[in-house]
Amino acid sequence: MKPDRSNINPPKYGERLLSKVLKDDLLEEVLGDLEEKFHKTAHKYSKIKARRNYWYQVINYLRPFAIKHFRSKSFNNITMVKHNFKISFRQLLRNKAFSLINIGGLAFGMVVTILISLWVQDELNFNKYFEDYDQIVQVMRKDLYDGETAINSANVSGLGALIRSNNWDQVEDVLMVRWRNQDFVLSYEENKFRQVGIFLEQNGPEFLGLKMIRGDLSALKERRSIILSQSLAKKLFGDMDPMNKMVSINAQAELLVTGVYEDLPKNTKFAEATYFSRVEHITGDENMNIWSNYNMAVYLKVAPGVDYEELSNLITEQSKPNFNKFAIEAQLSFLLHPMSDWHLKSEWDENGNPVLSQSMKFVWMYGAIGVFVLLLACVNFMNLSTAQSEKRAKEVGIRKTLGSVKKQLVFQFYIESFLYSFFAFIISQGLLYLFLPWFNATAEKDIVLPWSHLEFWFISLAFVLMTSILAGSYPALFLSSFKPISTLKGKINTGKWASIPRRALVVFQFTISITLIIGSITVNEQIQYAKNRPVGYSPKGMLTIRPATPNFQEKRTILADELMKTGMVAATGASNYPVTNARGWNGGFTWEGMDPTFDKSFNTIKISHGYADAVQMKFISGRNFDPTLSTDKNAIIINRSAMEEMQLENPVGTVVRWAPTWKDPESYTIIGVVEDMIKESPFAHTYLSVMFLEEKSMDWFFIRLNPNQSASIAIPVIQDTFDAIFPEAPFDYHFADDDYAQKFMAEIRIGELANFFTLLAILISVLGLFGLVSYMTERRTKEIGIRKVLGASIASIWQLISKEFVILIGISAMIAIPIAYRIMNGWLNSYEVKTNISAKVILLSVIGGLSITIITVSFQAIKAALANPVNALRSE
Amino acid sequence: MKDIKLGDLEETLLLLVGILGQDAYALRISEEYEVQTKKAISIGAVHGTLNRLIEKGFLTSEMGEATAERGGRRKRIYSITAVGDTALQDSKDFKMSLWKQYPTLSTGNLNFEF
Repeated sequence: MKPDRSNINPPKYGERLLSKVLKDDLLEEVLGDLEEKFHKTAHKYSKIKARRNYWYQVINYLRPFAIKHFRSKSFNNITMVKHNFKISFRQLLRNKAFSLINIGGLAFGMVVTILISLWVQDELNFNKYFEDYDQIVQVMRKDLYDGETAINSANVSGLGALIRSNNWDQVEDVLMVRWRNQDFVLSYEENKFRQVGIFLEQNGPEFLGLKMIRGDLSALKERRSIILSQSLAKKLFGDMDPMNKMVSINAQAELLVTGVYEDLPKNTKFAEATYFSRVEHITGDENMNIWSNYNMAVYLKVAPGVDYEELSNLITEQSKPNFNKFAIEAQLSFLLHPMSDWHLKSEWDENGNPVLSQSMKFVWMYGAIGVFVLLLACVNFMNLSTAQSEKRAKEVGIRKTLGSVKKQLVFQFYIESFLYSFFAFIISQGLLYLFLPWFNATAEKDIVLPWSHLEFWFISLAFVLMTSILAGSYPALFLSSFKPISTLKGKINTGKWASIPRRALVVFQFTISITLIIGSITVNEQIQYAKNRPVGYSPKGMLTIRPATPNFQEKRTILADELMKTGMVAATGASNYPVTNARGWNGGFTWEGMDPTFDKSFNTIKISHGYADAVQMKFISGRNFDPTLSTDKNAIIINRSAMEEMQLENPVGTVVRWAPTWKDPESYTIIGVVEDMIKESPFAHTYLSVMFLEEKSMDWFFIRLNPNQSASIAIPVIQDTFDAIFPEAPFDYHFADDDYAQKFMAEIRIGELANFFTLLAILISVLGLFGLVSYMTERRTKEIGIRKVLGASIASIWQLISKEFVILIGISAMIAIPIAYRIMNGWLNSYEVKTNISAKVILLSVIGGLSITIITVSFQAIKAALANPVNALRSE
Repeated sequence: MKDIKLGDLEETLLLLVGILGQDAYALRISEEYEVQTKKAISIGAVHGTLNRLIEKGFLTSEMGEATAERGGRRKRIYSITAVGDTALQDSKDFKMSLWKQYPTLSTGNLNFEF
């Protein structure tokens, strides 16, 4: 009997609910059963009962086995994942070249990122070695001169003494440290070394929290005591216990070793020194509470929770009664500079506001480079994977036909990119191990690979996962969206639109690379520019030495005579300051016809007879000091800058009157003018300088080697002569040209790092380009084959393939140039002496970028052009 | 195989599938169950257990014909596999052997002590 179904239907909401919730493959039979039951019940009992029963059945179908997405109780997921890995691995092996390029590029990117992160971490962790890192501040001096605020760290000893005597609750401890580090020769028996040392008050070790290996924190309580760093102790004493031994300083004083402290890590203040001793040795006890000599750095240990501004105001107020005339005029005030800011936040502008320091700029810059390079590498990976994966379109089609759900495909490709990232990571660790020593040497750091830290492995895992997701997302989603039918037919939907993301990525990569190239070249140009400046003297073939002996003054002339006798020496001279800095500033110079507003200070140094020959100053006019003229004791030599600043047309013969605050005024006659000597930074302008004749109290000795003798013969002879006269001092000479070269170290370091990163960026981009070109030419093998058959020349096919890429590079260049220009200009402007970013630089960079591209592309292009068209057309 | 246990409901449904033959689809099985045991059961519960039996390998299924009452939808017909047959047989044998050992009143194997 046909059931009457004309207007009775099962509740459609029920059906809808089930269709949403139930598994697709169960839906038909379940809905069918339920509908049949519905009709039976409706026929046997009533429509209402049928509906009630229907809902009862619906509810009872909400069981785990039936619901969509519910994991089946039997886990075949593990098998699936194993399958994914197996397939990925096979893919890797099947396309060895491609995989290598892919993994290689990613590995390089990781190396750069890790190196830079480690470097940034080191910079940010400066001074964290000190236990009381959060509490230590340095008291800075704020002066106002000519409307400009200057913030300095040099203070008077009276300040520290005052703070200490007030015994405020806010200040837990005070430490004064001699503002300038001292460079002394320490000797024990035959071991003599010139070492930098820090001279501070007796609570120094405790204040700083030095880790004492021998002795304890009260080691400096005796005046005549010294504590050595672990490495210096080893140098001086070998394996012997240094405690309670006497070391002599500059052959003048004897100090007792009362402790050995653990070496301070490089990223710490005071790490440049290898010993600590009492400051009172240098200043004298009576000068530890005066307000006139700015030679102390004052550090405070501030109690937790204290407001720095309040405390600094308090200090300023309490100090006011002691201010001298100059301090009051300059509206001297103090501010507290916390230890956490010392390394990266120690620059202020002319209004006394903290400004982004050079060091901080570098941290940002390198951080940005790190991120960019990683992005580059990931972009590469994306590009290459996508390109390569178009070959796997058929595989995707088959998988889908066999029933793969899109999610499974996506998962497959994510597993692949994870595998690649993982291998890249392993390789990057190996590369890191190789590169780290070079990196440490160049960046002057002591970075250690954090393999022992658990956090490193966690972060790395996250890093690898993130990279695989980032780099794998595009290919995974792109590929799994293929329609099976089109892929199996061989039709891959890669029209014009599909290649746009790829092209955009290439442009992105090369923009970064070209910017970096411009940057590198500019840095190198800048260094070259400064190097090409005339030095003003001849550092080559010149020795500098600062004999560490009190006998130097009286025996200096003997030394000079004996050296000349050896024939190994062309000239000798002495000065109170070295040629490598511009210390010694004085004002108070007046002369006839001078501009009344002139108030500049001169760099004043004293030189002996022979100095001019020893360092080979270049005279523009006038003459050198003459030993036979006794009037020369009131003669001076000035340099070109001084002549120009003083606006003297005929300087020789001009009488200058010098009235410094600490001497009686005297008149001097200018007898000669020399070319400017670059004393401080080659990147800064030279200073106006005045040279006085002096034969007494000279610290620095200069030896010009006889140019006809080789240094390896001359130096031992000179050393013997020196040792004979000064047996108590080490012959620790320097080559003047080494000293001069040191001035470029910072910039050279920047240059080297910039070159390194640029090279890496180019390498990664080239790898990417290479892979991409391989893929594109492979895709077009048939087309190329046909063209060749129709008579195309090798050149025209080469042009066909290259053209597209050349255009892309052109676009990259156009974007890169303004960006690079702005950044490099900013950097250059921080130097007084600077080159400019000439068109030559930009042209060079662009041509560089283009040539790299063309060479890379040509490899594949020519190979494709030379291929036998028969093979190409036969491949079906 | 004795190591794959057969639950009570599972065994009952398995037997019902054998009894119903070509008519063994979820709805019919549940109806027959209610008739035989005089207890209510939902189609979902039956379906779940049948699914479990398929996973254990005792049942197999294939889609049958569609009818108008089902709104044109096909039904899934279950049938016992050889493995399922063996399992049923083993279970029956096991129970029978236990029953044979069980002391019944009629055979008088009571150990009364008078």
